[in-house]
Amino acid sequence: MVRELEKYLRPGIGVTTYCPGCGEAILMGLILRAIDELGLNMDDMLFVSGIGCAAWIPSPYFNADTLHTLHGRTIAFATGAKLANPKLKVMVISGDGDLADIGGNHLIHGARRNIDLTVICANNMNYGMTGGQVCSTTPVGAVTMTTHQGNPFPPFDLCRLVRAAGAVYVARYAVTQPLPLIRSIKKALQTEGFSFIEALTPCPVQFGRRNKLGKPAEMLKSLMARCVMKERAEKLSPEELKDKIITGEFTDGRD
Amino acid sequence: MPKKILMAGNIAIAEGAILAGCQAYFGYPITPQNELLEHMAKRMPEEGRVFVQTESELAAISMLYGAAAAGCRAMTSTSSPGFSLQQEGISYMAGAELPAVLVNVMRGGPGLGNIGGAQGDYFQATKGGGHGDYRLINLAPASAQEMMDLTMLAFELADKYRNPVVLLTDGFLGQAMEPVIIRQPVTELPDKPWAITGAAGRPKNVINSFEMEPANFQPRVSLLLQKFERIKQNEVRYQGIHLDDASLVIVAYGSASRSALTALKMARQKGLRVGLLRPITLFPFPYQILADLAQKVSDFLVAELSSGQFIEDVKLAVGLDKRVELASQYGGVPLAPETILETIERMSKVTIGR
Ligand SMILES: Cc1ncc(C[n+]2csc(CCOP(=O)(O)OP(=O)(O)O)c2C)c(N)n1
Ligand code: SF4
Ligand SMILES: [Mg+2]
Repeated sequence: MVRELEKYLRPGIGVTTYCPGCGEAILMGLILRAIDELGLNMDDMLFVSGIGCAAWIPSPYFNADTLHTLHGRTIAFATGAKLANPKLKVMVISGDGDLADIGGNHLIHGARRNIDLTVICANNMNYGMTGGQVCSTTPVGAVTMTTHQGNPFPPFDLCRLVRAAGAVYVARYAVTQPLPLIRSIKKALQTEGFSFIEALTPCPVQFGRRNKLGKPAEMLKSLMARCVMKERAEKLSPEELKDKIITGEFTDGRD
Repeated sequence: MPKKILMAGNIAIAEGAILAGCQAYFGYPITPQNELLEHMAKRMPEEGRVFVQTESELAAISMLYGAAAAGCRAMTSTSSPGFSLQQEGISYMAGAELPAVLVNVMRGGPGLGNIGGAQGDYFQATKGGGHGDYRLINLAPASAQEMMDLTMLAFELADKYRNPVVLLTDGFLGQAMEPVIIRQPVTELPDKPWAITGAAGRPKNVINSFEMEPANFQPRVSLLLQKFERIKQNEVRYQGIHLDDASLVIVAYGSASRSALTALKMARQKGLRVGLLRPITLFPFPYQILADLAQKVSDFLVAELSSGQFIEDVKLAVGLDKRVELASQYGGVPLAPETILETIERMSKVTIGR
């Protein structure tokens, strides 16, 4: 992380618990960059997270009020905190397992109510913290600690799900697309209503290793190669889109 | 000599379930129970049986309810926070008299706590845990071998009494590698004429846990209570070590009993007459065994990995006129035998006159 962002970290934080090469540590820096570029005051913000590696991004690291809650109920806690104190800018940062599996019900209801939250879902395609089990975002065929023969089930398209449930801002970017991702986080923070960003992030230790995706740098490279912007994807054939991940803004509050 | 295989406690539970004829397993990841879930993910499909990693512990307990109602031998496993989440479903299962096996590999709490082993869910598991008047049979293994054996027993007792059975263990035992003798598989499963299997050729079954008219519900609860009385009469299990000449008895279960046994050996080497009573069933609790012991022993030392839960049952059993002290750790910290030994030595020096 660049030195100028260190002022956003709680004093005394030396190293984080992230494994070397973890994409979630990159995501941490990108979120802080967006906050910095908007000139937001951390004292006017509240960060809410559940349980998982991703949930550690704001808590305990961010030098702001942080609410580290129980696994899966993050959106409900954030809803309570926001309604109790509507002046706070409330940002939810948590994992795909936390927000979409055990917390899936709260996620769609938060979107339906269109409560004013900025939700960042770190999608590393598995449960990192508990040792690499399958998630509702794991691709078909992927090997995890609980899908030894490959995952038989199709993953959620989280952006379509949350959009259908009523979110006003929905986007997907990978940590390998830092500039669009920072721009998207800024936009989400400035949008009133339920904003949702799916941030694709490699988990080299639990997911990459089992799926022979190589070293962290190789994982980042292949993620970069797989991500195509929505506008370009519209011009590609289904054949060309095979194995691709479509990124971009899926709704920005105007439609 | 039967073949012994080195395995972690969590794996011994999984293999015990398969030997007992468990037809369906539902679970959600949580440390320090993950090895069990992951082993079932591999082994259940190999055996042609059902494995589901659920989207939450709520889904797991509900799928378990469904499978148990359909007449399956079925199991879920979790660790403390997940067990809390399952309590509503467990209460309903007890009310609907459904047999199933629930494994809780306890960790430090309250809250998220940590992933160290602990016994802080004692009250929750043994006194009910969810709402309403019910009890769960609680089995407390103290070795990898017992992880297997008591898992098998759990399935038997669940079917025998049509009641959920808890295997209450902790992260230390779950992770510890020990030799295990593999038991013979159960080949005959009991008939379940009450199950919802499709009603062709028989009267239609209803499975629920309610009667809207309180006067009609009370007799149903009474039947449950009678069942719990039968369980108390018939199913108390415990192990006693050096009780014959003991002047001080340690009472401990699960991994605390392992530390206690080491402390007992150290104390015996110093010439202290120490015994150990290890409940294997926590419900039914061996109240009478302890009450009988209290006729000749007046010093009891409770060792537990919680801050004083299990000790309440011991005090209830031996009576308030006995000296009952506590050696404990909590919050995920292991209990060192030396800590127990210190308390033994202190108690042996200062005898309270009575
Ligand atoms: C009720 C409950 N069940 C299970 C857990 C164990 N648990 C901790 S983190 C986690 C999954 C985290 O996955 P995700 O949200 O995708 O975050 P990641 O670690 O992948 O960033 C689970 C299942 C828990 N803490 N509480
Ligand atoms: S387990 Fe995966 S997601 Fe968690 S810190 Fe390690 S690399 Fe990152
Ligand atoms: Mg994840």
